[in-house]
Amino acid sequence: MNDNASLNIHSSIASDGDGFVLHEEDRAAILEERDHYEQPQAACIEALKIVQRRHGWVPDGAIPAIAEVLGVGPASVEGVATFYSLIFRQPVGRHVILICDSSSCFLTGFDELREAITAELGIDFGQTTPDGRFTLLPVCCLGACDRGPAMMIGDDTFGPVPPEAVAELLKEYS
Amino acid sequence: MTSSPASLRYHSQLRQSAAERRAETHPLTWRLREDGALIGLEEYVEKEGYAAVKKVLGELSSSDVIDTMKEANVRGRGGAGFSAGVKWSLTMQGGDLPRGYIVCNADEMEPGTFKDRLLLEQQPHLLIEGMILGAYANNSCYGYIFLRGEYIEAANALARAIDEARAAGWLGKDIAGSGFDFDIALHTGAGRYICGEETALINSLEGKRANPRNKPPFPGQSGAWGKPTVVNNVETLCNVPAVMQHGAKWYQELSGGLSDDGGTKLYGVSGRVNRTGLWELPIGTSGAELLDRAGGVKDGRGLKTWLPGGGSTGFLLPEHLELALDFDTIGEYGSRLGTGLLTVVTEDQSVVSLTRNLEAFFARESCGWCTPCRDGLPWTLKILQSLERGEGEQGDIELLESLATDLGPGRTFCAHAPGAAMPLESSIRHFRHEFEAGITHRRHAAHEDPIPVGEV
Repeated sequence: MNDNASLNIHSSIASDGDGFVLHEEDRAAILEERDHYEQPQAACIEALKIVQRRHGWVPDGAIPAIAEVLGVGPASVEGVATFYSLIFRQPVGRHVILICDSSSCFLTGFDELREAITAELGIDFGQTTPDGRFTLLPVCCLGACDRGPAMMIGDDTFGPVPPEAVAELLKEYS
Repeated sequence: MTSSPASLRYHSQLRQSAAERRAETHPLTWRLREDGALIGLEEYVEKEGYAAVKKVLGELSSSDVIDTMKEANVRGRGGAGFSAGVKWSLTMQGGDLPRGYIVCNADEMEPGTFKDRLLLEQQPHLLIEGMILGAYANNSCYGYIFLRGEYIEAANALARAIDEARAAGWLGKDIAGSGFDFDIALHTGAGRYICGEETALINSLEGKRANPRNKPPFPGQSGAWGKPTVVNNVETLCNVPAVMQHGAKWYQELSGGLSDDGGTKLYGVSGRVNRTGLWELPIGTSGAELLDRAGGVKDGRGLKTWLPGGGSTGFLLPEHLELALDFDTIGEYGSRLGTGLLTVVTEDQSVVSLTRNLEAFFARESCGWCTPCRDGLPWTLKILQSLERGEGEQGDIELLESLATDLGPGRTFCAHAPGAAMPLESSIRHFRHEFEAGITHRRHAAHEDPIPVGEV
């Protein structure tokens, strides 16, 4: 990494941020990812995902911290962070529910599944339950079209999910 | 009866029994197990795995491999249908040029498409072998598998397979004693359909926003970090080992006269049928044969329309079921083969609502780089929503038609907007009466009583 002047500016932003401290393990993981690519910027998305795995989302202070590790500008990290739908720039629930809203699931019961989940949790897309347990989001075709309607809870993919199975399924995630 | 959570878990599944699948006829799936379990390195090698690498590396030249691929005419299985061999012949190499990259596009997000997931989860070594051969042909020093972030099981399978392959000497320095060096890293995405567009994918790989790039230069001239880069779909690359092992003539003959194209295709059916699924069949198999394998239309309803290969392909009618599902044939009927996974729509489904669903997808997934796409798609969606509610006005259909033209090929950097235009144009062409039924206001009615800002 180049030890240039702009890098020092980023460092000062990181330390003056919202008290965010990049975990040592995460810093090491980001540096390891960086080595997979010709240029450090390429590890940006993975770096955001590493931070998100620990915190559940990407706090404001993580942006300059990641920028500093990679030696890139904070604006380019923020630009990336706000582009990708699976990077969360505000707090989310412990479990993120992604419901596939694409054509095959639309034909096989997406509306009913969404209604069942909304009724069970009292939240709609983009919202988090008051107890911080679930966040509900739509997602691009999950590639589970042969078993629609499909959804993910955290890392787990389910399908088909009949509306009457929703309550039981959600109980598995505390 | 309520299903238990465990039974609701999704597993990718091929609908063909092991008895039906043979090495001579099913290059993509003959190794797959009846139980759908992951094929590890040992089993893959036992089943002729990495034989093509041994045969090719150090024995044939890069141009030999490209010539064979051109002759086999493996057309891009990501949906564009461009010859992989021709693409490879356009990758710049030789002289003082630096070695570049081979990138596998495993960002499967096309609505209605679930084929690459099967290959990634159950047979990752076939993809790795295809990438080694592709790297050898394109003189790539390093490979990336660009995998969508939601494919967790595939990520685990690939990570394990890459480690196994490296430990066994199929990746790394001097592969199989050939003197050829090549390695692969798994790169997982973070959402956004546009990452599947090959130049947007390269930007995303570089850690940038996934906006498409201008072409030319094509990735084969200047791709990832300005180096020659070849991007191929998972299924395309998985065809390479068998082509190199058995030859172009054998591959061509797999389609058995059903098509001018060679090989097999991972076809699938989803939507309103009795038995959704995936099948590896000769390319050129008809939609009727697929619908038959899928047990026919659900609940004995009538077939209204179908998409031949994902959300960015044009609607076809029941009369088109007899057509050969190959790139050239389907292209003659105002649609595209796309990914070759059918979405089946029954007579009770409103086409306006389904088109609204598709356009909502494209509007949301536009990266915002080009004006027709960024502004035209939300406008399209707004009109479709009003027609769906029965609140359309005269002129809406003509407006949608002009939008379909303005979103078409040549108006934007990439194929996202043209992909959105195709189902829009074809749905109106085939089902105009359904759109007309949503018109209840006369022309410009919406402008007569302005709604104050803030009350919308």
